[in-house]
Amino acid sequence: MSALPDPAPPPVASLRGVAKSFGAVRALRGADLDLYAGEVHALVGENGAGKSTLIKVLAGLHRPDAGTVALDGEPVAFADTAAAMAAGIAVIYQEPALFGDLTVAENLFIGRQPKGRFGLIDRAAMRRDAAALFARLGVPLDPDRPAKGLSIADQQLVEIAKALSRHARVLVMDEPTAALSGVEVERLFGVVRALREDGAAVLFISHRFDEVEALCQRVTVMRDGAHVSTDLLADVTVDRLVRRMVGRDLGAMFPKQEVEPGEVVLEVEGVTREGRCRDVSFTVRAGEIVALAGLVGAGRSEVVQAVFGIEPRDAGRVRVGGRELPQGNPRAAIRAGVALVPEDRRQQGLLLDLSVMRNATVTRQRSLARFGFLTGGAERRAARDWSARLNVKYGRLTDAAGTLSGGNQQKVVLAKWLATDPKVLIVDEPTRGIDVGTKAEVHRLLSGLAADGVAVLMVSSELLEVLGMADRVLVMREGRIAGELDRAEATEESVMFLATGREAAA
Amino acid sequence: MTAVEARSDSATATGSAVLDLVLRFRALGLVLALAVLVGVTASLNPRFLSGQSVRDLLFAAAVTLLLACGMTVVVLTRGIDLSVGSVLGLSAYVTGSALSATGMAVPLALLLGLAVGAVCGALNGAIIHFGRVPPLVATLGTLYVLRGVVYFAAGGSRINASDLPRAFLDFGSGHVLGVPYLFAVSVLVLAAVGVFLGRYRAGRDLYALGSNPEAARLAGVPAGRRLMTAYVLSGALAGLGGVLYAARFGTVDASAGYGIELDVVAAVVVGGVAIFGGSGTALGAGLGALLLTVIDNALPVLRIDQFWQQAIVGALILAAIALDRLVSVRAARALRRKGSHVD
Repeated sequence: MSALPDPAPPPVASLRGVAKSFGAVRALRGADLDLYAGEVHALVGENGAGKSTLIKVLAGLHRPDAGTVALDGEPVAFADTAAAMAAGIAVIYQEPALFGDLTVAENLFIGRQPKGRFGLIDRAAMRRDAAALFARLGVPLDPDRPAKGLSIADQQLVEIAKALSRHARVLVMDEPTAALSGVEVERLFGVVRALREDGAAVLFISHRFDEVEALCQRVTVMRDGAHVSTDLLADVTVDRLVRRMVGRDLGAMFPKQEVEPGEVVLEVEGVTREGRCRDVSFTVRAGEIVALAGLVGAGRSEVVQAVFGIEPRDAGRVRVGGRELPQGNPRAAIRAGVALVPEDRRQQGLLLDLSVMRNATVTRQRSLARFGFLTGGAERRAARDWSARLNVKYGRLTDAAGTLSGGNQQKVVLAKWLATDPKVLIVDEPTRGIDVGTKAEVHRLLSGLAADGVAVLMVSSELLEVLGMADRVLVMREGRIAGELDRAEATEESVMFLATGREAAA
Repeated sequence: MTAVEARSDSATATGSAVLDLVLRFRALGLVLALAVLVGVTASLNPRFLSGQSVRDLLFAAAVTLLLACGMTVVVLTRGIDLSVGSVLGLSAYVTGSALSATGMAVPLALLLGLAVGAVCGALNGAIIHFGRVPPLVATLGTLYVLRGVVYFAAGGSRINASDLPRAFLDFGSGHVLGVPYLFAVSVLVLAAVGVFLGRYRAGRDLYALGSNPEAARLAGVPAGRRLMTAYVLSGALAGLGGVLYAARFGTVDASAGYGIELDVVAAVVVGGVAIFGGSGTALGAGLGALLLTVIDNALPVLRIDQFWQQAIVGALILAAIALDRLVSVRAARALRRKGSHVD
């Protein structure tokens, strides 16, 4: 497109000026991407930059509002995922969706099992074909075992085998390494390199630059739903890429106020939950923002849920302001001044069908009620007051919360908890799926709360958010705290090193 | 290395070899339960195994068995068909009327019943697929609507054995080698449904849909067409059941098949078809139907109170569901254990 000299062979797949909106949210606004045979192409960008939407357009899951998708130079319009698959595009999602009740072999061939006499499925042939595929990938998977119980890494290999069996020419991998261990990542990379040698065009999405450098030849940066740049990897530095991803001054994005931390407010001691987290201890002071970083599945959400009392703890103690919280009792935690803004606001944080007003005041119904009845006036005043303070954009207070954009929904959830005047605020992925502008607002809000003396515990998968906001970073790996870094020590490398337990590759 | 020889160390789905075994040979467990029940009952009252007694049992099992096949197909997709009793009633009444009016041949009557049921099934499928109504609600609605249609058409009248052709009644009461024709029809259907579910792409798609609808969508499984197939099949078999019902009893009134849907769902669940979809076999459901019928017939022989029969059926259902839950919890735990320290 831009700075690159046109390579000799035409791209296998090419997206031009693709736009896609969901309601008022513009997920893509002019995205370009060219994939070449025998090449691994990295796609990087912040969460919410539109990478996932772009993949879904390529996979035939979304139809673009504007722009073209072309294969071998021919424009195509996929009616559904089956059409995209038939055209040779295979997508491997971060958490593969397999049929747990079916065997591995059947997962590979569902809908196109080899047929024998009378149109019956030829199970022996299916098993043989599956075994041959796994042999080609060099992984020992039993085609006859049920898919239920396979590790994420093995599930991804099943998906790759599926793509192989469909003779996919374009292989899209959406953050495939997020939940893998070091050995598994190496195995996956081996497979991907072999596919590349065979002439497949691979699109590789990752947040880890060491992986991008180890595997990819070309890199495209996306921001705010648009194409920013495409370069040969040899021509760019990680620093340049990061700057393009963020596209703005980090200071504006993460308006961190310097606060002298006060007394210890939250003390967590040896919290253990079988199979989820082990022996987790830390403290958070008033005015401090402490981030829990780590890979997906490292047990961060489980820790905060055990602290808040949604999940029972098998061992360990939690004290707020010196007073011990009884376990498994979120009401006691709320009374003690703890507030939890959950990870999945649509499922856990909001009553989507109820009004903005009801959502914003639901935590304080008792104090707003008179003689046990909610009077509309007080409720309305409180809701309007908080909405204004957090700059929530809504139509009417009586609109259903589900109609708001992701960022505004998150602000309503925050409003609901801030209204309880918490001493400890726990936020789990506070800016997931929120547009960049609102993100900065949420960050400013968190920073302001800390300045007012609230102890903030933040779980975040966004490295930049962790680095930009936190006074201290606790890195979790496999259910344990792998290490603690203060603001000066915390860098992308140091956090990732602790989170993955391995040296950066290359 | 060859991939097949080098099995991964954790070849079990649940992390427990015993549970895996129970799952794999669930049908065996049902057969065992049947054998024990029959053995105990027969030892206390040898007449329980007399030719007539066994025939009665098979007569009684035929219709439930047939409907259980259709219900299996639907439950596998995470659905349920509560309307089967009403479809059976409608079909029994329509074919009964047609038989008494025209004296048509038995095969034709069977086809008519199938057709009536298929239309009702298509209605269910259309409401569920196009109307995006949950199956439980949609078929609860058609349960009442179709029963209402039967009442409207039949009024207080009934079709009597004397109105029906001789050949049809012979079909209903006849047997070959001690096996009633009706039961033989059900077993043939069971075999056909079993092969369809196990060995045809369309059948496997139903498992895929029930196991993980989102993945099925990504894999390009034609969900609408498959769901339609499932409900049409369930309806058609309920329609066929109506013909068998009319043939067996000779009399049909507006309440034919009233409440049978719960027996059928019970048989399917006891037979190991997961109520959350995705796993189970027609054979299992058939054995479940047989087990419930045997319990039904054995308890009076054992002089056990009617109340206990209901309680035992209930306990079996709860046990079957408890087993499914246990298995899925174990599977999740095994996965987590593996996930937390890989390699």
